[in-house]
Amino acid sequence: MSTRLATGGRLIDRSRQVSFTFDGTTLRGHPGDTLASALLASGRTLVGRSFKYHRPRGVIASGAEEPNALVGLGQGDRFEPNARATTTELFDGLQAASQNCWPSLDYDVGAVNAALSRFLPAGFYYKMFIHPRAFWKHVYEPFIRHSAGLGRAPAVEARDPDRYEHFHHHTDVLVVGGGVAGLQAAKTAGESGLRVLLVEQTGHWGGRAPVDGGTIDGKTPEDWIGDTLQALDNMPNVTLRLRLQGAGLYDHGYVLGYERLADHAPDAPGPRHRLWRIRAGRIVTATGAIERPLPFAGNDRPGVMLASAVRDYIVNWGVSAGDRLVVVTNNDDAYRTALAHHRAGLTVPAVLDARPEGGGALMAEAQAAGIRVLTGRGIAQVNGTRALTGVEICAQAGEGTPLETIACDAVAMSGGWSPVVHLWSHCGGKLVWDEAAAAFRPDPDRAPIGQDGASNVIAAGAANGQGDLSSILKDAEKAGKTAARDLGGTPSDASAPDAEQPAEAPLAPVWMMPQGAPHALRAKAFLDFQNDVKVSDVHLAAQEGFESVEHTKRYTTLGMATDQGKMSNINGLAVLSRALNAPIPQVGTTTFRPPYTPVSMGAIAGEARGPLFQPIRRTPLHDWHETHGAKWEPVGQWRRPYCYPRAGEDKHAAVAREIDATRGSLGLLDASTLGKIVVKGPDAGRFLDMLYTNMMSTLKPGRCRYGLMCSENGFLIDDGVVARLDDDTFLCHTTTGGADRIHAHMEDWLQTEWWDWKVYTANLTEQFAQIAVVGPNARKLLEKLGGIDVSAETLPFMAFAEGQLAGHPVRVFRISFSGELSYEIAVPAGQARALWDRIVDAGAEWQITPYGTEALHVMRAEKGFIMIGDETDGTVIPQDLGLDWAISKKKDDYLGKRAQARSHMTDPDRWKLVGLKTLDGSVLPDGAYAVTEGTNVNGQRNTEGRVTSSYHSPTLGHGIAMGLAHRGPERMGEVLTFMRDDGKTAIEARIVDPVFFDPEGAKQNV
Amino acid sequence: MSDPVLPLGGARFDGLIAVEEVPQGMVALRGSLDAEAVKAAVTELTGAAMPDPLRATRQGDHALLWMAPDELLILLPRADGPQAARDLADTLSGEHALVTDVSDARAVFALSGDDGRLRETLAKLTSADLSPGAFAPGTVRRTRLAQIPAALWLTEPGVARVLCFRSVARYAFDLLSEAGREGSAVEVL
Repeated sequence: MSTRLATGGRLIDRSRQVSFTFDGTTLRGHPGDTLASALLASGRTLVGRSFKYHRPRGVIASGAEEPNALVGLGQGDRFEPNARATTTELFDGLQAASQNCWPSLDYDVGAVNAALSRFLPAGFYYKMFIHPRAFWKHVYEPFIRHSAGLGRAPAVEARDPDRYEHFHHHTDVLVVGGGVAGLQAAKTAGESGLRVLLVEQTGHWGGRAPVDGGTIDGKTPEDWIGDTLQALDNMPNVTLRLRLQGAGLYDHGYVLGYERLADHAPDAPGPRHRLWRIRAGRIVTATGAIERPLPFAGNDRPGVMLASAVRDYIVNWGVSAGDRLVVVTNNDDAYRTALAHHRAGLTVPAVLDARPEGGGALMAEAQAAGIRVLTGRGIAQVNGTRALTGVEICAQAGEGTPLETIACDAVAMSGGWSPVVHLWSHCGGKLVWDEAAAAFRPDPDRAPIGQDGASNVIAAGAANGQGDLSSILKDAEKAGKTAARDLGGTPSDASAPDAEQPAEAPLAPVWMMPQGAPHALRAKAFLDFQNDVKVSDVHLAAQEGFESVEHTKRYTTLGMATDQGKMSNINGLAVLSRALNAPIPQVGTTTFRPPYTPVSMGAIAGEARGPLFQPIRRTPLHDWHETHGAKWEPVGQWRRPYCYPRAGEDKHAAVAREIDATRGSLGLLDASTLGKIVVKGPDAGRFLDMLYTNMMSTLKPGRCRYGLMCSENGFLIDDGVVARLDDDTFLCHTTTGGADRIHAHMEDWLQTEWWDWKVYTANLTEQFAQIAVVGPNARKLLEKLGGIDVSAETLPFMAFAEGQLAGHPVRVFRISFSGELSYEIAVPAGQARALWDRIVDAGAEWQITPYGTEALHVMRAEKGFIMIGDETDGTVIPQDLGLDWAISKKKDDYLGKRAQARSHMTDPDRWKLVGLKTLDGSVLPDGAYAVTEGTNVNGQRNTEGRVTSSYHSPTLGHGIAMGLAHRGPERMGEVLTFMRDDGKTAIEARIVDPVFFDPEGAKQNV
Repeated sequence: MSDPVLPLGGARFDGLIAVEEVPQGMVALRGSLDAEAVKAAVTELTGAAMPDPLRATRQGDHALLWMAPDELLILLPRADGPQAARDLADTLSGEHALVTDVSDARAVFALSGDDGRLRETLAKLTSADLSPGAFAPGTVRRTRLAQIPAALWLTEPGVARVLCFRSVARYAFDLLSEAGREGSAVEVL
């Protein structure tokens, strides 16, 4: 059983204790522990159940690659599933719970799946659950969802109370990984004076070197790391960050960094996580390597761990994996674990070295220490279910006949090392197969490419396939120099430090142990521990024709779990290549995708939550609307009042009241959101003639004209009133949604096509509030406010005046979107509230009534005025809407003219605008289709029109609608059949003129 | 005429840095910034020389901010906007130029505090490089703060102006207050 050793543990503070709970039991550890080391120190070898078979699982690794030891952390609002115990730093009060087990970790009902495992091979779900079809939704899927899965999602009502943020950082060189390679690369690059950012995902510098030993420049690795950090600290151009993972690499040197600020210190002020958005000129990936497990039967049992992890727990945290440790390996490195265990005063009954000739100096050292070494041997199977009792050893070359049973309570396995090539690969860096190391490493000739076409990523050290300390440091020094030189820096001519380590004998690839293992053993030899994929599953996939590694991955789910196959991928594809009898490089790898480990949703969201989720645009009158009970309607990012219900009124009644008051006396509208773009210059008239379908250059100063804008494909994109301010200045009003879009449209044409035209534009939408005063008493109100002559003679329809209204500088436009006598008053935004308040006061004698967007919509529909976005949807041309009167026949050209001459655009069979009046006076469903006989080629009911706007008109007392209908205007009086929302019942409506109210315009011509 | 109302009524936040909404007269000029007549006119109005690209120049409570190759923003006392715009338009009547008073169109925030904290507060929200080497005093950047467009002007170490559209003043102020909360210093700039 694992336990805390009496001495050792360079990362823990033995003088202090912290307590935590695991499944409700209080346990203790030390500051500096990870949750995994503390669990092991407490003798907890069993920490979870596997995904598919609910097999008991324990800690297997010591870092980000851990597939097994996933726990739920925290409770309630702070609950987080699937946290890796190996990267969770212990703090006082930490609460952890095991996952995927019921009723408890020790007695798990789902373990029956394990007994049935031979009936649940790869692809089982696809084969079993496909028939009968109807069973999927109601039987199979609920069953699978219940039986499979790891952590549960946080509760629906949970609200994360922590804070998160983003941070944009620009650097010349980014070095990812704070091991000795990263430190050396950062130092070399930093000596050139360039900006360097060095990031390390764990809470300490130096990576594995202090555990693995050797000497650097005659010092222990720990001393060298300390000295190098000191040197880096003294460079003002170098920034060092711990607990910051280089999580993803994207185009043009953009890197996402995931900084965990408070996971280890939950009471710390400030954000919990910070997402770094880094732009780097060059990126050095010094991300190290991950040890591979060996595929033997029972390699997933609690107590079987990676050899490097066993060593890490001894050296870093003073924790032993067990008293009697069997080491099984295909390389020299694992002997370090045997020696570390031995030095800790514990027993190593045997090292099983799969290589017939064994290893080099480290093997000799182990033998000299009295450790029994068996070469050409492997593990046939593991004895014991919950606790390990021993291993059956066999000849690696054979089929698994047990030769001997060795009693042990822990196994350290090593299948060699795989460089961490994730960041290199995220953005297109390619890999080469290194035969000697039996691993994929970055191909320097096919590196990721930056915006200048040059390689912008340099792999260094173990991440670049380097094995021994000396080559790692030399490689890192070279990477630092290359990065600096690439960016025009001059690195110092200091050379890489000298490092010494025992020489190592070559590794021998072992993709199955023993190599001739029969099915019974293969079916217990795990490749992907998190997703329960075994050697036999990959064999089955190959046998069933899944030759592509990407297909095999999806069929077997190899590498698809939260660890993304960090430990399993190479073993899996090696097994596949053997099954396909194809070389490994030909089989290739699956795609590495960011992030390297899961990034919290909070970090991704950053500040964008609650009130900052998205910007809300407020008009200068927003506060007034709010205090007067406005119901809001989002219009883009604006909030506009939909209506202002009074006590006891519903929205429908409020809208009707607002319309009645406006048409009967006086209404008031905040129209500030309308776009206001000034267009000025000698060519302004010519420019607007091209932008609008009608003629704007003939407009007289002081007058207004309604205009339509089309895209070059002829479709209607915006409309509004243009006012000519003076000879070469126009003010173009756009729709609310069109303000920014139309301004960009104008600049697009000016900058790219008509760059020699003398025209300047300015978007003044936010400079002015616009207040519409509408209704029969509108003129009286303005006269009462005083300052501008608004008489019918001086200010006729479609004219404007400038001056002081009630002491405010304004432009008063006499335009109407309601059919009433109406003035739109533009006033500087900072004075809008004062003027609005004056208007409300002065209008009291006419019961002035503020109205919202719905009243606006109904009143314009009563008048048959179109609304961009209702009557148009990007496929409608002005001619469809009967707006031919607003299309100049005299102009040689305007945007959209040529397109509108195309045969389809002039087709008389196009759907055209009509009014629609239901026979029973009810309101047509918005968007409803008019149906006709028969079905189309897709078996859908044929249609001949659709509703584009539909309201109840309080003025007329019945439903009114506008719509597009096949040859609509030619069919006045005909009755169309529309379908209600249920798609079954019909509602009949007659085609009528779209102008329902005051067709003569008598109300506005006063 | 009444006193113009600031979008947030002069809101203030104190945290890692201080953020205060301030009144600011603004006149936008579009025209040829190389033209002698344009240069002379803006200098006559403000006393400041035409700035280089991405830079600002100041003279007392006036300043010229380079916004685009053919766009200049003139800062002046809040009450002076309308008259200054008229005067400048008159002066440039023979030039192809567009002059508009935009004093009401934008909200302006004065940021002050430790230079590094100020840069970091903004760097949480903008992708522009705000390191001292890339964003020296006198630099103007038109960029974005989280989801809105904004302009940043570092007037001197530890002092900056942030300009955004009036309608999103609340969002901008809340952003700056959130990014500038105590305890969230990044401590790299």
